Amino acid sequence: MAQQVNVEGFASTMTRQQVRELQRKNRRENLGRAWYKFSRNPLSTIGGTTVVVVVLLAIFAPFVAPYPEHAKPFTDFANASRPPSWEYPFGTDEIGRDILSRVIFGFRFSLSMGIVVLVIVVPVGVLLGLIAGYYQGTWIDTTVMRITDIFLAVPPLILALAIASVLEPNLFHSMIAITLMWWPWYTRLVYGLASAQRNEFYVASAETTGAGTPHILFREILPNMVSPIFTKISLDMGWVIIIGSMLSFVGLGVQPPRPGLGTMVASGAKYLPDQWWIAIFPALGIVVVVLGFNLLGDGLRDLFAAEEA
Amino acid sequence: MQLIGFLSRRAFQAIFVLLGLSILIFVIARVLPGDPARTALGARAPQWVVDRLREDMHLNDPMHVQYFYWLTDAVQGDFGISLVTRRNVADDVKEFFPASLELVLFAGLITAVAGIGLGTLSARHKDKWIDNAVRIFSYAGVVTPSFVFAILFLLLFGLVLDWFPTIGRLSQDVPRPPTITGMMTIDALLAGQLATFWDALKHLILPALALAMGSMAQEARLTRATMSDNLTKDYIANKRALGVPERKVTGRFLLKVSLIPTVSIFGLDFAASLSNAFLVELIFVWPGISRYGVNAMLRKDLNAISAVILILGITFITVNIIVDLVVRGLDPRIRLRSARSD
Repeated sequence: MAQQVNVEGFASTMTRQQVRELQRKNRRENLGRAWYKFSRNPLSTIGGTTVVVVVLLAIFAPFVAPYPEHAKPFTDFANASRPPSWEYPFGTDEIGRDILSRVIFGFRFSLSMGIVVLVIVVPVGVLLGLIAGYYQGTWIDTTVMRITDIFLAVPPLILALAIASVLEPNLFHSMIAITLMWWPWYTRLVYGLASAQRNEFYVASAETTGAGTPHILFREILPNMVSPIFTKISLDMGWVIIIGSMLSFVGLGVQPPRPGLGTMVASGAKYLPDQWWIAIFPALGIVVVVLGFNLLGDGLRDLFAAEEA
Repeated sequence: MQLIGFLSRRAFQAIFVLLGLSILIFVIARVLPGDPARTALGARAPQWVVDRLREDMHLNDPMHVQYFYWLTDAVQGDFGISLVTRRNVADDVKEFFPASLELVLFAGLITAVAGIGLGTLSARHKDKWIDNAVRIFSYAGVVTPSFVFAILFLLLFGLVLDWFPTIGRLSQDVPRPPTITGMMTIDALLAGQLATFWDALKHLILPALALAMGSMAQEARLTRATMSDNLTKDYIANKRALGVPERKVTGRFLLKVSLIPTVSIFGLDFAASLSNAFLVELIFVWPGISRYGVNAMLRKDLNAISAVILILGITFITVNIIVDLVVRGLDPRIRLRSARSD
């Protein structure tokens, strides 16, 4: 019953149960310390708070938005193009829809764009990078990385635009377009990290003890690159949201009357300078979301950098 | 000799990447459901005409044969007829590309001068108010998409203050310069038309600035970071102890070393400019290749789309090779390392 195991750093013997308990406690303490450091940095706190607020607004949009029906096909020409007031804090657009409500619903599209793209892109990119890095110098490495080079040879927005243009313009297809363009960045990041780790002794020792390739890739190598990957994810949320808003600005993303932030900026730009609020508030909406994720990402990076030092 | 080896290696890589890119573009262009011949002729053309055109366009051949035909034409600069302008795509590209190049190059100039300048200023006055102002500015620059800058500048400097024109490249009443490079400012200078130059420059400033803001902020951040890092190094203290004037320490010894990361990231900045031009050109009605590309995309004009992507890909790869060359010139360590590996 009481199996005895030796754990590095502990001369005495402990039961497996105790080891697990200890590991759990350690993890909890580390998390607590990280959280303390994170919360001491005002910029990271602002970033984190912004992200949480935006996510909550997006989830509860139908309950938070003052005029939830304005996110749907809706017209109220009597109240068209009203400047910001108590009744309409961000004003109304050219057909009388409350811009604040539409911006809140716009967060939904922006966030779902970022989440869907990254949920697909990160595993694919990381897996390819790991494999190419582990089989460094073989034909697998060459094939994967040369294909990656081709995708990286054109600025991502341009190819995303091209792909989106071939498909029917809507939110889902713009997600596909961005997804197809984004994985090479993760492959390259992980490839660099993995090919550095590949020659470490722990990999060689795992190989000699007969560990299987999946074990070496995911249990030995991958845990060493969690922090740069997470930092990149947080920063990339901002970038994907920007690219998504660019696609919908051009008319290849979220289609009106749905309130995509980029779509709203594009249609509002026609009414500058007199009805400036129609374009400016959705634009500020984009800036706020992206700023939140960037501050959060920088905070995470500082945190991980401090831990490594 | 070393340089030639480096260049030929890079050129070989570039050709390989471009081939891959051409396959990618070809696949994208052929994914579109529908018959390209039918699209080109319109819904009312009789079927036998469509069949003849299909034969002419090699659409009945297998995919790899089609790709071969497409590539041979593309290499010779023949991308077919644009479905929108009904002109040769190559002619369209020739007309619109210089306008974009002018815009992106000018934006790059602003990025380099202002970004490095602000970064240096920030590092020299570290933790003073000037440093803080630059840092806040760079943060705002990094997180704000270029089309938001474009709209803000258009609104503020173009419409409210009315300092700059907001549409096109030249005013109606100004004589057009002869087409030499296709870049209005340079052509006007070459022809000695100062009034035209001034007008073209005024048209250029707002879109170029909107395009430059993001990369400028990034460059300023990076320059500040590497510079304040290098400021603590021994060789700087050594120069100071030897009585080298402070201006010379910063300008000559510090700047050159600190510029390496800044220049290396310039390639990425250029990519960002090329992409962002798609929206900025749209907002300022700039008759460049990006605006042409967007219109082609909205109308599914495949010949034009392929040409635009390929041209931008070539531009991007060329700039990256130039950037690598400059970095080699700046950093003796990289020169030595690649000499050994050659």
